[in-house]
Amino acid sequence: MVRFENVGLRYGMGPEVLKDINFSIAPRSFQYLTGPSGAGKTTLIRLILMALKPTRGLVHLFGQDVSRLEATTLTDFRRKMGVVFQDFRLLDHLTVYENVALPLRVLGKEEAGYRAEVVELLRWVGLGERMHAVPSVLSGGEKQRAAIARALISRPQLLLADEPTGNVDPGLGRRLLRLFMELQTLGTAVVIATHDLALMELYDAPRLVLADGHLHVDA
Amino acid sequence: MTHRAWCLPTGIFMSTPDRGAEPAEHEEGEEFARPRSRLPDNLRRDQPLVPVDTVAGRALVVVIAILTFLAALSAGGALMAARASEQWRGAVANEMTIQVRPDPRRNIEADLARAVELARAVPSVAEVRAMPRDESDRLLEPWLGAGLDLIELPVPRLIVLRLNASVANDLVAFSQTLRREVPSATLDDHRLWVRRLSTMANTIIVAGVGVVMLVLVAAALAVAFATRGAMAGSRDSVEVLHLVGADDEFIAREFQNRFITLGLRGGGAGGFAAVIVIALLGWLASAWSATPEADQLQAMFGAFEIGWSGYGVVILVAAIVAAIAGLVSRVTVRHYLRAMS
Ligand SMILES: Nc1ncnc2c1ncn2[C@@H]1O[C@H](COP(=O)(O)OP(=O)(O)OP(=O)(O)O)[C@@H](O)[C@H]1O
Ligand SMILES: [Mg+2]
Repeated sequence: MVRFENVGLRYGMGPEVLKDINFSIAPRSFQYLTGPSGAGKTTLIRLILMALKPTRGLVHLFGQDVSRLEATTLTDFRRKMGVVFQDFRLLDHLTVYENVALPLRVLGKEEAGYRAEVVELLRWVGLGERMHAVPSVLSGGEKQRAAIARALISRPQLLLADEPTGNVDPGLGRRLLRLFMELQTLGTAVVIATHDLALMELYDAPRLVLADGHLHVDA
Repeated sequence: MTHRAWCLPTGIFMSTPDRGAEPAEHEEGEEFARPRSRLPDNLRRDQPLVPVDTVAGRALVVVIAILTFLAALSAGGALMAARASEQWRGAVANEMTIQVRPDPRRNIEADLARAVELARAVPSVAEVRAMPRDESDRLLEPWLGAGLDLIELPVPRLIVLRLNASVANDLVAFSQTLRREVPSATLDDHRLWVRRLSTMANTIIVAGVGVVMLVLVAAALAVAFATRGAMAGSRDSVEVLHLVGADDEFIAREFQNRFITLGLRGGGAGGFAAVIVIALLGWLASAWSATPEADQLQAMFGAFEIGWSGYGVVILVAAIVAAIAGLVSRVTVRHYLRAMS
């Protein structure tokens, strides 16, 4: 469902951050994306999200070359993906509930139709008591869980999670990992960007390793 | 937070057939079967995605309020001028008067009778009425004050001619005949006055409409700049919206709604202030109308009030301002989003 061919990317006039990237992500697969800080994990996720255009190479998403996409197809593809940003990117003036409901709201759905579902998911990630709060008063771990809930609410086919356990205690990190595994068994392809070795040892899965701008796969 | 709170909710992924691992926890799934009955009533929802109540937003409301106020007053003034000129035209256009000036060497009553006789002979004059002395004296009261004994004064006498609706090309000849036969009489053609007053009124109307147009353009520009500012300030939010699957149409609608809200607030406040001012002026004018000055004003400008249609125009102006705010912000956002991608 995702395929990169000789993809390279540089920011502006800077050095090439990613070089000759080749890999693919199969439907219903589970993989880690790892590498040292600054290796380009977030950049790679932004490429998959079509928030960045590659400076060279080809990116295929859901069987189509993204450089030739219509705006409406691009929106459709994004609706099939759920993303947990490393810096959460919750909207500050909306409550947790409204933030999590956002992917459904932008589809033009009636609020009454998804309210129960959103509340249910919020309770599930342990934010049932905090759903009226705005992000600025949440702890890092609470924001992280809100960001994860927002990524899950639309039941994406592809989940991209950038450091989803970076701000939580190891116990909660383990439970979140189990949640992602459960998602995979339910049919979602999962990509977890992390440099937490302990986390990756909990559940063995293929690792896409970024180093010096190159990517290799550790099966 | 208990561990059991982390088991998968039965509701959420129920449609997926192959639910997987960890059967031990699924028995506790019923914990999540109840939320429907326990939904908080005070859930804050459907807040605008673009914040409305910002400093820049309030500043824009004030600007729009001031512009609407000015536009509404101009529109009201133009409407008043239009109505006044209509009144003059209706009352005066098919009337003429003959003025017979007193002359110590002549008999004014004889001159009056002769002028009436001449006027009756003119085909385009439908009706001739010599105004009795006391009536013409009363006409002067507002200007000279009551109780003055006008018998002593050489007051001109008036003959009112009501014209046929048809064209009157014999009136010039009549004017000349009159001057020859009765040198102390002159024919006043009100229509010249009406034409002058209409020109003046039309100028006021055109100026008023022009001011309204300028103000609307200014409002549109203010909204365009404010929208660009808001877009630049919400760049991050806009990107998040895109990444969670919002299309340009959705985002444009959010901004448009925000600016319609601001436009309605500003337009409402400005329109309300204009209505208050107009009502106040009307009230002052009527409180003042017992005085002779008011009679003079009334004689020249008509009643100082714009009536329901005037209030309608004010509300219309406010609504147009709000609509422009929505439209301009929409176009600006579309433009900006296209430039962004
Ligand atoms: N917007 C940008 N403009 C210029 N350079 C950037 C930009 N974003 C990232 N970079 C650079 O690209 C490189 C890769 O950054 P990226 O954020 O992808 O790393 P990462 O693997 O996610 O790191 P971390 O583990 O710390 O999150 C870094 O050297 C970074 O400085
Ligand atoms: Mg990163």
